[in-house]
Amino acid sequence: MIPAPFDYVRPSTLNDAVTALREADEEGKVLAGGQSLMPLLRLRLAYPEVLIDVSGLPELRGVRDDGDSIVVGAMATHYEVMRDPLVQAHAPLLAAATSTVADPAVRHRGTFGGSLAHADPAGDLPAVVLTMDGLFVTSAREIPARDFFADYLTSALEPDEILLGVRLPKTYTGWGFHYEKFHRTAQAWAVVGVACLVRRTDGEIAHARIGLTNMGSTPVRAYAVETAVADGPASREAFQSAARDAPDGTNPPSDLHGSAEYRRHLAQVLTARALATAAGV
Amino acid sequence: MSEIAPEAVAEQVTPSTPDATAEVGRARLRTEDARLITGRTTWTDNIQLPGLLHVAFLRSPISHARITRIDAEDARRRPGVIAVVTGADLAGEQGSLPCAWPVTEDMVLPDHPPVAVDEVRYVGEPVAAVVARDRYAAVDALEAIDIDYEPLPAVVDMERAIEEGTGLVHADKGTNTSYTWVFEAGEPDAAFRDAPVVIERRYVQQRLIPTAMEPRAVVCSAVGDEYTLWSATQIPHILRLMLATVTGIPEHRLRVIAPDVGGGFGSKLQVYGEEVVCLLLARRLGRPVKWTESRSEGNMAVHHGRDQIQRLSLAADRDGRIRGLKVDLLADMGAYLMLVTPGIPLLGAFMFNGIYKMDAYSFRCTGVFTNKTPTDAYRGAGRPEATFGIERMMDELAAELGLDPLEVRRRNWIAHEEFPYDTISGLTYDSGNYEAATEKAMRLFDYDKLRAEQADRRDRGDPVQLGIGVSTFTEMCGLAPSRVLGSLSYGAGGWEHASVRVLPSGKVEVVTGSSAHGQGHETAWAQIAADRLGVPFEDVRVLHGDTSVSPKGMDTYGSRSLAVGGVALYNACDKVVDKARRMAAHLLEADEGDLEFSGGSFSVKGVPGQARTLQEVALAAFAAHDLPEGFEPSLDSEATHDPENFSFPHGTHLCAVEVDTETGFVKIRSYVAVDDVGKVVNPLIVEGQVHGGLAQGIAQALYEEAVYDADGNLTTTTMADYLVPSAADLPTFTTDRTETPATTNPLGVKGVGEAGTIASTPAVVNAIVDALRPYGVDDVPMPCTPERVWRALRAAQSGQAPPGGSPEPGAGGGLGSAGGAA
Repeated sequence: MIPAPFDYVRPSTLNDAVTALREADEEGKVLAGGQSLMPLLRLRLAYPEVLIDVSGLPELRGVRDDGDSIVVGAMATHYEVMRDPLVQAHAPLLAAATSTVADPAVRHRGTFGGSLAHADPAGDLPAVVLTMDGLFVTSAREIPARDFFADYLTSALEPDEILLGVRLPKTYTGWGFHYEKFHRTAQAWAVVGVACLVRRTDGEIAHARIGLTNMGSTPVRAYAVETAVADGPASREAFQSAARDAPDGTNPPSDLHGSAEYRRHLAQVLTARALATAAGV
Repeated sequence: MSEIAPEAVAEQVTPSTPDATAEVGRARLRTEDARLITGRTTWTDNIQLPGLLHVAFLRSPISHARITRIDAEDARRRPGVIAVVTGADLAGEQGSLPCAWPVTEDMVLPDHPPVAVDEVRYVGEPVAAVVARDRYAAVDALEAIDIDYEPLPAVVDMERAIEEGTGLVHADKGTNTSYTWVFEAGEPDAAFRDAPVVIERRYVQQRLIPTAMEPRAVVCSAVGDEYTLWSATQIPHILRLMLATVTGIPEHRLRVIAPDVGGGFGSKLQVYGEEVVCLLLARRLGRPVKWTESRSEGNMAVHHGRDQIQRLSLAADRDGRIRGLKVDLLADMGAYLMLVTPGIPLLGAFMFNGIYKMDAYSFRCTGVFTNKTPTDAYRGAGRPEATFGIERMMDELAAELGLDPLEVRRRNWIAHEEFPYDTISGLTYDSGNYEAATEKAMRLFDYDKLRAEQADRRDRGDPVQLGIGVSTFTEMCGLAPSRVLGSLSYGAGGWEHASVRVLPSGKVEVVTGSSAHGQGHETAWAQIAADRLGVPFEDVRVLHGDTSVSPKGMDTYGSRSLAVGGVALYNACDKVVDKARRMAAHLLEADEGDLEFSGGSFSVKGVPGQARTLQEVALAAFAAHDLPEGFEPSLDSEATHDPENFSFPHGTHLCAVEVDTETGFVKIRSYVAVDDVGKVVNPLIVEGQVHGGLAQGIAQALYEEAVYDADGNLTTTTMADYLVPSAADLPTFTTDRTETPATTNPLGVKGVGEAGTIASTPAVVNAIVDALRPYGVDDVPMPCTPERVWRALRAAQSGQAPPGGSPEPGAGGGLGSAGGAA
């Protein structure tokens, strides 16, 4: 559990950080909270030549209000995100999902941006940000969530690009929300997770947004279920019926914690439950 | 529900309340905990020596292969590297790792070089070692060693391993069978002939990884021809003897120290190749070396536990009375036989009958070689497997007969008035009261209320079903009477040693051969000595774990410390008091027979004021100015205790689970453990042992499994894949005790280290099956993952034979039912 040798820099300006990444010539890795990267290094599954520690960059810190959206800094720790008043007011789904990440020690070290840039489809936050149509703000551009998660452990970030934070619209303020996480032990990754937002009017579902964790190489939206429940009754029966479509278009993995077949089944059960909890029925 | 006779809850089974001045029975906080928990202590990896070099091992990435070439030249040239050694380099001195338990005369015992020489037989087997100035340079250099392997067929599946034509783990042995061991009592065939009920089942005890909190670590120094080896081991004394035997270093030139050790659960009851290699490297280089393993390295290379396929047949009458039991086991040895590998499943031979009476019993176990990490002792060692088998079968019998599972047990168990009882497997249970423990457990559990809730959920078709699991277990521990070990061809005895030194100031040093690795000996031993000698608890210091300090011992495993080592201490204390009595009589000018010893003071009966404290007597003995005739000037005493019998803790564990039939998720709703471990020295330590034991037993039922793929690659090398539950996954345990003293030792104590683990696994699985029986499920293979529960339900509902498990390699193994009632 000893990493291969690497260099380490901790720039104090964004410019220096980007320059350091560029000079690393695709052999650099951004170090945020280290909760995903350090295990990969220690298991020698990754061999970067230089780590660029971005904990000294003020642009990446905190959560701020920006009119019709909030911006969650990449270096905000999970613990900060869970407890942040702006997140709780405008993105309670994010707060709820974040509170299920790993254990308290990891939540105090691990960061919002690090977790997203790691692009692990088993991570809880990618599906949430996808569901909320987050906009990824980087050192070079803005990337919509649907374009950010490229593949398994692969984001759209270029080798010299640094994630600064994610802009989350206030569109979903007041919507019902729930993150349904199914995992074998409290600290384990989700076998399947369902992020769900619903807007109710007069006992009906006006609109629903659903994102699935660990049902493919990237987080995926359950569009078929969203369509099926829209403008329908807010009832468990309706949700169960609609949730049968949850696995549509997914390509879940088979691993020690569940076969693809079982994950498809779980996606149906958990989506119905997430809808029911989010809709308060 | 069964009626438990109220008179069974006799007064003697209610835990005794210690008097205010007694140390034994007091729930003291453990004095060693502050240093253990903060880590400000001598964990082996904390030890620094001048000139210390660091060792890293290169391990085989292939389960079975011939080594055709090793090129270590690049590694040797790397900065900071002092030496690289391969198996060939060490061939003349590394010997073969010992197996101390030849269970049959014709047991196949392959050579086991500490570093593989020309063939590797499991993933993780050492193939080379690097010595460097720091551990980073050592680990980096591993990648510069170039090895060519010629793959050989991987033997992964036990049942296939013993078929004709399968590849061989050890080609020179001509077989993958190490041994077949049989035991028979009564007339099994007669018992099964015309039996009204015959239940046959196949259960799989999955392979487990012990996962002690502290990984293994070794430090070794050589000064002249004197060697000191520090190791995170449970067995400094056995290790010293074995290392001397393997390396040829004379035993009296070798000192072994087990400093503070962070858990073992049997995994550090071993003589490991890394220990041998560190000793050889220190000798070769003339400099001290250190090796500390990583967690993923340990998952591959620390011996594993369990891994059995059990075929069980139980014959009974229609009233539920057991006629006979037949047990046929395949036990996975892994690639080599280590210290007690072959004997582990045989410890279960005496436990499959559990707490029950029966007319006949047969046991057969075949040890099988596979290309996997060797197995050996893991908490419970053979007894959890046996207890699981019989307790699952009792539930199957109850279901077959339509009886409550507690009722079918009551009809078969040994009644409290029948002790001492000679069991069908040849043991003599000295004491027990199964009725009392069961009655208490049922009350704490609110058994009838939960049964009513279960019925209600069934009626309503609740997607979350309630299941109730029973485990009325016993086990044999306190290893062990030496004569019994001898009769089982075990390579050593089972005694334990203690000595007591009364210092001139009256302070006391206790030296024990029992080597604590987290159990709390320093507290409990001080409590025993304080009571026996009448000195303050704070005046007693306990020394252990260093062969120079504690020269005699058989170490800690098999829940033996208190029942064997604690009794040795008790006897040594009595010898001190006997000596002191003679000295005190001399000082008081009284007859020994007229002295009373109480509260640490000798007084003359009927003569108030005429008294000497133990401390005064100790000082007078030290001064030696005025001694009785022939009296040696010391109160120091020692004792070696060889137990006359095992100890037989027992108890009733009840588990309620909620099973989500839509997802297969199992949640433990409540868990009651009523254990009878006899007299208790420190209730807090007992409670801790029970809690930890429950967690490990529940882990086997629900979470843990060492999984190999079809090529023999271990896929659970990290704790992300090998799921160890934390407190967050476990319920609040309700624990209580009954107290039926052991009659075979003066303390009345029984072992407690393994009881929780042994009892809990079948309680949990019985609960899951109980929840799902109305759906037609009669088994779920362990660990009962959500997917396996879901698949068992689906298979039962579709009326199909259960599928062969999940599609991923190794994680299935088939549902364990070989058929219903005959």
